[in-house]
Amino acid sequence: MLLEVRDLRVEFRTRDGVVHAVNGVTCEVDAGETLAVLGESGSGKSVTAQAIMGILDIPPGRIGGGQVLFRGTDLLTLKEEERRRIRGAEMAMIFQDSLSALNPVMTVGAQLGEMFTVHRGMSRKDARARAVELMDRVRIPAASQRVRDYPHQFSGGMRQRIMIAMALALEPALIIADEPTTALDVTVQAQVMDLLAELRSEYGMGLLLITHDLGVVADVADRIAVMYAGRIVESAPVHDIYKAPAHPYTRGLLDSIPRLDHKGRELYAIRGLPPNLQAIPPGCAFHPRCPLARDVCRKDVPPLYEVSGTRTSACHFWRECLDGRADS
Amino acid sequence: MAEPILEVRGLVKHYPLTRGVLFKKQIGEVRAVDGVDFTLDRGETLGIVGESGCGKSTVAKTLCNLERPTAGEIRYRGEDITRLSGKALKAVRRNIQMVFQDPYTSLNPRMTVGDIIGEPYEIHPEVAPKGDRHRKVRELLDVVGLDPEYVNRYPHQFSGGQRQRIGIARALALRPEIVVADEPVSALDVSVQAQVINLMERLQTEFELSYVFIAHDLSVVRHISDRVGVMYLGRIVEIGTDEQIYEHPTHPYTQALLSAVPVPDPDARERRERIILSGDVPSPTDIPSGCRFRTRCWKARERCALEVPPLAVPAEFRYDTGPQVHDSACHFAAERQVVPPRERDAGGDSSTRAH
Ligand SMILES: Nc1ncnc2c1ncn2[C@@H]1O[C@H](COP(=O)(O)OP(=O)(O)OP(=O)(O)O)[C@@H](O)[C@H]1O
Ligand SMILES: Nc1ncnc2c1ncn2[C@@H]1O[C@H](COP(=O)(O)OP(=O)(O)O)[C@@H](O)[C@H]1O
Ligand code: SF4
Ligand code: SF4
Ligand SMILES: [Mg+2]
Ligand SMILES: [Mg+2]
Repeated sequence: MLLEVRDLRVEFRTRDGVVHAVNGVTCEVDAGETLAVLGESGSGKSVTAQAIMGILDIPPGRIGGGQVLFRGTDLLTLKEEERRRIRGAEMAMIFQDSLSALNPVMTVGAQLGEMFTVHRGMSRKDARARAVELMDRVRIPAASQRVRDYPHQFSGGMRQRIMIAMALALEPALIIADEPTTALDVTVQAQVMDLLAELRSEYGMGLLLITHDLGVVADVADRIAVMYAGRIVESAPVHDIYKAPAHPYTRGLLDSIPRLDHKGRELYAIRGLPPNLQAIPPGCAFHPRCPLARDVCRKDVPPLYEVSGTRTSACHFWRECLDGRADS
Repeated sequence: MAEPILEVRGLVKHYPLTRGVLFKKQIGEVRAVDGVDFTLDRGETLGIVGESGCGKSTVAKTLCNLERPTAGEIRYRGEDITRLSGKALKAVRRNIQMVFQDPYTSLNPRMTVGDIIGEPYEIHPEVAPKGDRHRKVRELLDVVGLDPEYVNRYPHQFSGGQRQRIGIARALALRPEIVVADEPVSALDVSVQAQVINLMERLQTEFELSYVFIAHDLSVVRHISDRVGVMYLGRIVEIGTDEQIYEHPTHPYTQALLSAVPVPDPDARERRERIILSGDVPSPTDIPSGCRFRTRCWKARERCALEVPPLAVPAEFRYDTGPQVHDSACHFAAERQVVPPRERDAGGDSSTRAH
């Protein structure tokens, strides 16, 4: 297994108290596989990604427990300089906001080239040539001229492709992409996702794709992990989950999205609001919003039940949910 | 047919592009809206979709009189409101209200929710006499599904979805006939988005509202709209009923846009045809001649650079009947189905699954 995250916990100490951002995340990404982590804003997706990459703000952040096994080694036990060697060369990250992730006062050619001079000890001239090659690879027109441009001189979609180029530069085994297309228009999103999928399969990398878009997941993922209040509440192969979700939250999400292929009648709406991470409800965090909730849900935190050899669900009543039994 | 409640003809909004601080010199113009036509019938929802910067918000602002158009007409019940001023304008404004995209910045953080919702009554005291306002505000909170006891709270004490409800309550305060909603659910999470969409649909029936519903999410727009207009670089390029636009699009841009939307159905992956457009949207300061979509259109020919295609039923469909016959601004309009048809009894149909 390329990446195995076991019961990861992260909290933030703030002036108003402790924010429990990640409360036991367990997931795996195999080589050549795309795992989508799906969740609404504030569910802890980015913090999970930062903890895996080792770029969490500590303090105020603190790893509360768990393991991040990369090819069997627990990254959380490594020294910072060992982690730095892994970052970029073995695992790389693509961020949502390319304008703040790229250095505004350095040309994109210099930034791409730096990957090769620093990590591979290449000469500046060779590094520059590799930078042009990469920009070509991510379909930036007139790459040999545009390497001299600064990030702000590119459109949002082009900047995102340049970030992909940076992430791919050293051919890492794992890419973590945190909402890489959320800020983009749909036609540009299609260009970028298309490119990412093509390169991912060509290089045989594992991809951990963070998104809140159930459409994007259906389009590209092999497996999906659904996050709620800092926990993975369901994980399954992508085809299974859309056919028959095994957690009421997943099911509510699927039913609440309007469809492109028909007009539909009134939408199902999950009642209430996502929880405040400073005061997560006891028992199952979803119980105040769940149509299936019973007394046990208010008391006992549901463990990750094994639904099948490839599926898990953190719901006491996953069987009922899976059967789609009427539940109102 | 009854007269439309709103009729927009040749709407244009250009912003001057200037250089220099002391001696401002105009070096060009941003053609944000560049000739938009549509009608809105009573009780109907017209959806407007398009990518970032295509002019959706600018259209919204001119409809609500927050911006003066450079040219064109906006007829409300037959009267061109772009020419009105003073009392007459004020009376019309009351009937066309706006809901804004960003629930975080569109509400004044220093005002209580009660004051925010009641503010329109300061300008239009005839709608609610002073003694009656408090009751009306509480009623409005109840209508949008918020606890009337919240009337003395401040915006920061509410979530995004709740703030959007407050914005909707404010828009309804004057009992308008038309509500222009500019991306009202775009900033919300999926689970909360459905609540607000349902609310808007309920209010439409209850108060007999006509909606102009602007969004970049094509699925949301299909769900809520009776008719849909697709905008590109300041113009509507195709307009029709939801079925005409989503199932029988004839404009290449609409087809590319629809084909790019990821649908939440993994089985559709193989069945789908993706049209990947090359390049980026040109700048509205430098709009291509002829058809403005031609720099990205795979069907472009010489004629496209020379002649502006009008928004009308294309000549090749003149003798046809059927859903492909609707306004489409393309010289070579042709039907192409890009949204895979729904598999009838497959899962994921929100309207049939029980909860
Ligand atoms: N006050 C202004 N001065 C100059 N240019 C403007 C002004 N307002 C808008 N524009 C420009 O007009 C064009 C259309 O803008 P508009 O805000 O209407 O787009 P939009 O379709 O609402 O986009 P989005 O989806 O990003 O909200 C853009 O290029 C924008 O930069
Ligand atoms: N530096 C920080 N300080 C305090 N709280 C933080 C910090 N970063 C993230 N959080 C909190 O952690 C929670 C999860 O955040 P995040 O992982 O960014 O969510 P998302 O799923 O939207 O990516 C949120 O409540 C957020 O406010
Ligand atoms: S454990 Fe109970 S409250 Fe939680 S999702 Fe399952 S049924 Fe609902
Ligand atoms: S008029 Fe020409 S360029 Fe424009 S959309 Fe039609 S075929 Fe394409
Ligand atoms: Mg995030
Ligand atoms: Mg806008």
